[in-house]
Amino acid sequence: MRSGTAIGRVRGLGSAKSGTHHWLNQRLTAGSNFLLVVWLLISILRQPSFDYAAMHLWLSNPWAAIPMVLLVASIFYHMRLGLQVVIEDYEQDQNRVALLVVMNLFVFTIAAIAIFSILKIAFGAAA
Amino acid sequence: MAARNTARPLSPHLQIWKWGPNMLVSILHRATGTGMATVGAALLVWFLAAVAAGPESYATFRDVFTVQSGGLNIIGYVVGIGLTACLFQHMANGIRHLFMDVGAGFELKSNKLQAQATMIFAVVMTVAFWLYLGIK
Repeated sequence: MRSGTAIGRVRGLGSAKSGTHHWLNQRLTAGSNFLLVVWLLISILRQPSFDYAAMHLWLSNPWAAIPMVLLVASIFYHMRLGLQVVIEDYEQDQNRVALLVVMNLFVFTIAAIAIFSILKIAFGAAA
Repeated sequence: MAARNTARPLSPHLQIWKWGPNMLVSILHRATGTGMATVGAALLVWFLAAVAAGPESYATFRDVFTVQSGGLNIIGYVVGIGLTACLFQHMANGIRHLFMDVGAGFELKSNKLQAQATMIFAVVMTVAFWLYLGIK
């Protein structure tokens, strides 16, 4: 198994069985990212002001809070898939595994903080 | 991965190819994606958490990017324009990739034109976005 070319080692092992899942989800989230980012850009351009009251009022509305949760979910998933490919391309062996673990921790942690924050604003009564 | 046989040659890398728009936007796609995934994502989360935590936290966030009067400072402009430019470049090239995924646009001339178009789109949209934000 350790000798020969890369293709020689791969031959006979069959398909990896999971390649298209990653590829397809990257494309599907690209589509949902596009719609959600267009919403975000238009929302930013339509803000009367960027002070605390305006931002809090904006995100406390379900019409902003729900798309924002969807945006975080869609973009952060796309981001996870993209960073995974970058790490797999440039890192080998132990470094690759370690970085993939760190990257997943990073993405899931900030996603949790983001979604918690949005819900806190949205459910935080009429402040 | 198994150890590489050092007797075998490596494929030629970046320094040997002539630069063209296709490879440039491909590299930009990675760079802008990674940039947004780190700096952009961290800032989005900081913004959301700051609004959730209250007026003082939001003021701390805002003071990093604005001057006393409320306008953007240097950091605000560099980060803001940088991230929007990254976004529009990644968006345009992402759409280009979706067409390439179905097998379209691989002819040399049209592929080069599309690559150039993504960069023009990114610059035009970034300028338009910030002009609108400035005028409003």
